[in-house]
Amino acid sequence: MSRLLPFFGFMLLVALFGFGIWWNTGHDPQAIPSPLLNKPAPAFTLPKLYEPTVTVSKSDLLGKPYLLNVFASWCVECEVEHPVLQAETPTLGVLLVGYDYKDAPEDAKRWLFEHGNPYGLLIADQPGQTAIDFGVYGAPESFLIDGKGVIRYKHIGPLTADVVATELKPAIAAVLKESP
Amino acid sequence: MRHRLWILLVLLAFVGVLHAQAIEPMPFTNHAQELRFQQLTAQLRCPMCQNETLADSNAPIARDLRNQIFQQMQQGKSDEEIKQYLVARYSDYVLYDPPLKAGTVLLWFGPLLILLGGAGVVLMAIRKRSRTAMAAENLSDSEPTEHGDDW
Repeated sequence: MSRLLPFFGFMLLVALFGFGIWWNTGHDPQAIPSPLLNKPAPAFTLPKLYEPTVTVSKSDLLGKPYLLNVFASWCVECEVEHPVLQAETPTLGVLLVGYDYKDAPEDAKRWLFEHGNPYGLLIADQPGQTAIDFGVYGAPESFLIDGKGVIRYKHIGPLTADVVATELKPAIAAVLKESP
Repeated sequence: MRHRLWILLVLLAFVGVLHAQAIEPMPFTNHAQELRFQQLTAQLRCPMCQNETLADSNAPIARDLRNQIFQQMQQGKSDEEIKQYLVARYSDYVLYDPPLKAGTVLLWFGPLLILLGGAGVVLMAIRKRSRTAMAAENLSDSEPTEHGDDW
């Protein structure tokens, strides 16, 4: 028995390392759990990308749920996400609001011209201060905000077809069931 | 010798340049505030880059957060208030020093548990050895074994 003790100790370490590997492949260690989940979205007032003199605020969007998608022309992962948004937007059932993050408006417009524009509404946060209130630390990030202005779901990193089908769409269905 | 000193000076100058690029100067009102700022940002973690503090990171978000912290300092907010502000947005992740709460009990006391466990194993091993040693002594009282006084 006591001779096997080092072996058991070794197996324990193997199990620990195995768990570590499994844990780190199963979840994104960079994804920060948002403390804003299921809390009211921060108030914001931001200009429209194509009409900078017109501002959109949180209260303007109350009443109907929407998906706020943080993107930028400098964001490499956004290019990965964009085809998914293009394909999925018509069947999402909620307004897709584009949140142009820390971007020169001309660059954003050119990027949207090149890649297509799936957004129903586009707002621009060039200084990036409002994004701090949302806990944004990189693009792309997506927030599902319900009719009462509460953040119901958040995804960090590009939305993939898989994430849309298994996470986003069920979350949208739940929100729509409450406030059609 | 003088030659070497020159090389050292030139290298040091480069260090200065690198540092200046990473952290842009801020209009602090006094030196105490600057020290406080450096201390606070060194305790906070950049959300974008796991292994860098807000003080070190050159990521755009770190720069924005440094500006935010600077502005809040000018408004007279305390360190605790500024930390609360960041935690409300980026969760405990931004704190390098995790707070003691239900979810972090294992993190705080896990090492102690492992230490106690290790001490237990050692204690058991010692007891067992002394017991077997005693048994061996009883068996061969007249001729002490070579390993008799291992412990």
